[in-house]
Amino acid sequence: MIAELGHIALILALGVAILQATLPLYGLRRGDERAVAAARSGAMTQFALVLLAYVCLSLAFANSDFSVIYVAANSHSDLPLMYRLSAVWGAHEGSLLLWVLMLAGWTLAVSIFNRNLPANVTALVLAVLGAISVGFLLFMLATSNPFARHFPVPAEGRDLNPLLQDPGLIIHPPMLYMGYVGFSVAFAFAISALLSGRLDTAWARWTRPWTTAAWAFLTLGVTLGSWWAYHELGWGGWWFWDPVENASFMPWLVGTALIHSLAVTEKRGLLKSWTVLLAILAFALSLLGTFLVRSGVLVSVHAFATDPARGVFILIFLAIVIGSALTLYAWRAARLSSPGELNFLSREGLLLFNNVFLAVAAFAVILGTLAPLVAEAFGHKLSVGPPFFNLVFPLLTFPLVILVGFSQRVPWKQGVFAETLRAVRWPALAAVVAGTALPVLLQDRWSWGAAAGAVLALWAMVTAVQEIWRRVRARSTVAEGLALVPRAVWGMSLAHFGLGVFVLGISQVSSFGAERDVRLAPGASATLGRFEFHLEAVKQTRGPNYDADVGTVRVERNGRAIATLHPEKRLYRAQQSVMTEAAVDHNLLRDVYVALGEPFDNGDWGIRLYYRPMMRLVWLGGVLAFLGGLLAISDRRYRLAQAAAAAARESTAPAVA
Amino acid sequence: MKVRFLVPAGALAALVVLFALGLTRDPSKIPSPLIGKPAPAFNLPTPEGGRLDVDSLRGQVVLVNFWASWCTPCLEEHPLLMELARSGVKIVGMNYKNDLPAAQQWLARHGNPFSVIAQDQDGRVGLDWGVYGVPETFVVDASGVIRHKHVGPLTRAAWQAEIAPLLPSS
Amino acid sequence: MTRVLAALVLVAGVAAAQDAAPEAEARYYALIAELRCLVCQNQSIAESNAPLAADLREQVRAQIAAGRSDAEIIDFLTARYGDFVRYRPAFEGMTVLLWLGPFVLLLAAGVVAVLFIKRSRRAPAPVAPDSQRLRALLDEKRP
Repeated sequence: MIAELGHIALILALGVAILQATLPLYGLRRGDERAVAAARSGAMTQFALVLLAYVCLSLAFANSDFSVIYVAANSHSDLPLMYRLSAVWGAHEGSLLLWVLMLAGWTLAVSIFNRNLPANVTALVLAVLGAISVGFLLFMLATSNPFARHFPVPAEGRDLNPLLQDPGLIIHPPMLYMGYVGFSVAFAFAISALLSGRLDTAWARWTRPWTTAAWAFLTLGVTLGSWWAYHELGWGGWWFWDPVENASFMPWLVGTALIHSLAVTEKRGLLKSWTVLLAILAFALSLLGTFLVRSGVLVSVHAFATDPARGVFILIFLAIVIGSALTLYAWRAARLSSPGELNFLSREGLLLFNNVFLAVAAFAVILGTLAPLVAEAFGHKLSVGPPFFNLVFPLLTFPLVILVGFSQRVPWKQGVFAETLRAVRWPALAAVVAGTALPVLLQDRWSWGAAAGAVLALWAMVTAVQEIWRRVRARSTVAEGLALVPRAVWGMSLAHFGLGVFVLGISQVSSFGAERDVRLAPGASATLGRFEFHLEAVKQTRGPNYDADVGTVRVERNGRAIATLHPEKRLYRAQQSVMTEAAVDHNLLRDVYVALGEPFDNGDWGIRLYYRPMMRLVWLGGVLAFLGGLLAISDRRYRLAQAAAAAARESTAPAVA
Repeated sequence: MKVRFLVPAGALAALVVLFALGLTRDPSKIPSPLIGKPAPAFNLPTPEGGRLDVDSLRGQVVLVNFWASWCTPCLEEHPLLMELARSGVKIVGMNYKNDLPAAQQWLARHGNPFSVIAQDQDGRVGLDWGVYGVPETFVVDASGVIRHKHVGPLTRAAWQAEIAPLLPSS
Repeated sequence: MTRVLAALVLVAGVAAAQDAAPEAEARYYALIAELRCLVCQNQSIAESNAPLAADLREQVRAQIAAGRSDAEIIDFLTARYGDFVRYRPAFEGMTVLLWLGPFVLLLAAGVVAVLFIKRSRRAPAPVAPDSQRLRALLDEKRP
């Protein structure tokens, strides 16, 4: 019964979504306020229904109801409860349900937090979100019903993909989807701006917190995905430029461009049509990612089980949603003229170049990801992998890190060149000195790449701190100064500091990372750089749904023990699949990573050893950027924007009535 | 309406066409660069104690089939190979990374469609021919040039559409 | 799926790589990371534990030991398996567009941005954001 209840809830949600997408438009056209107000009640009802469906599927998993096809395919009665609940989004159908739940959640949030916005703006935004929801609910009900049952009922499930039985996978997809789906709000605001022709600084101010929130979640989602792959895939890599990874990275790049161009649109009323285009593209790339991951047009390590029918549906949906949005854009964008002067040396000037680099970087990722598809259309077969991206991408993005330090010091409208140089000379000097010294101090080795990366990274970090310090110093006491720094500035500086931390991590790990594959008998040892690894024993253990070989590896550095690691090799019983669980000893300066390989007939083991300097900084940078995003959206300015809009609406209310 | 605002919509249209094309193809199929090139040289032992080299393939169109007794999909195409062999198609069996006794036992049980067998014990010839998963079937014409490659179990449909036209009609 | 899941050790290359000279060892690891495993979803032959990947690693190791250059080894493999095996696309024909495309676009976008800035500075009477916002509010009051 529970599965049927969930199914019915989804069908009802589809009906509500259709009303939510159409009634407000009708109401706005006919001036029917009740129809306009239907948008908000629609958002609430839809959320309740989708949540009900989601709870039903979770219950089916919790109860191990294997009569539900999706549960039988992705769960097992030995699977721990935590993983049974996260298995809801472990495969295509359920992850789609999570996606729709997130969409309904964002829609509900818009209807609650935008209460004070002009009713017609909110109604349009909710209608667009409703239309997107119609598409996804139709998709789910037509091709990917998670509640479908089968008969006879199998006695046991086929178990969750062991790769997904990891804490990283419990939080990574929800965060990623929060980001993907969150861009639908910016998209909906963009459509409402095009439809109503109203795009002013107030519009930018309403759109900004939503976009920043989506961006922050996507940042965290991508970061967690990288962290998970590093632990779970067992070959010491943290980014593979796989199509599925790129699918999450493309909207991130465009979303990053968007939050910066929105700043220009808000503060100076410039770049309006560009901002709207980015808002459309960020969501378009989220949909494109969905298509790439679920249609099977590209070969990926992480692809879902694919089905051409699903691919056709998403492609048609993408063509309709983004096609109509871009047609609307072509038709109305010319009206969004932004008169105003823009100077090279001004914050908006530097942000314009930030957008140039980010957009081109996004293009490069799209090009590299789709090139195999293009080649295939011409009858060739091509692979584009890490060597391409690792060469092209850094070249396109390092100017961004240089820009970031300047843009905080250059004022809006018009900066003064000499003043700017004077303001940044100490940070620049500090970054160059410390950055060039860093590789030598930490590694006793010189590397141009590592030094250049460290200089750039420290530049971003020092200037971010300087921005806060400058504002604090302007006040009489430090405490007062700290209290008066707006949260938006805290958020921006924290995110930029995070960028520096991230660049530092990447530059060091890619310059000084080392790896080795060795064959060891228990009792034997091997060295990697300054580290010595002693394989003490490999013992067998039994987990809840797997059997494992667990190694004991003592790690020494210069003869001093630093860690005892237990890498595992698990055989998951239900799927008979083998998984490596790498063991990692880490601190901020370095990771030491051991993965157990294949046993040899004589009792030796193949073992993979990795040294990853500053690995943690790569993810720490992402987490700092996420926190920066959260801080920025809590800025009181946005609440004031709401209040101002409310005041404006109150004052216009009598005129309307 | 300015033309430059149409650019994104145009790009989307191109992408949609590209994706629609992509949906009709199987990305896991990898075409061989050897099509139209002379078959890579080899000289391998045969179960009878002789040697088989690439030149001995010349003179008529032959199918070169890489297979193994440990390969389950090979059993799938086996009845079709038997039928083709009976109808007079010459099939060379490349016993890929497989022990000879195991192969002979398998052939004794399921029937032998091969006019001659070569023993590619270490898979080195398979590598030269660009084999990445057995079974794979190559069509080599009378002058010793590779005309076609089929990856995976040979199906009747694939035979009729792609391979039969390459054979001299007899 | 299972072969995707398990990321295991390079059984074949292990013993030999251990005694190889450090330079050859570095070349070996760099090369196998750039070669794609044909039977896997999207993995290099360094990452994959498929038997074919082990064969190809063995080939790479043997050819390095035989004194072949990286380019020769890559040519050897592309002659057999096509361009699909190389994760670093060759710089020839259509792929020139791939390699240079981003930089051409960067140049073009830079030029557009500069022109945009120049034109905006010639534009008449800049509107200050505050007055613009005021006007927006005024517009709203005029239903």
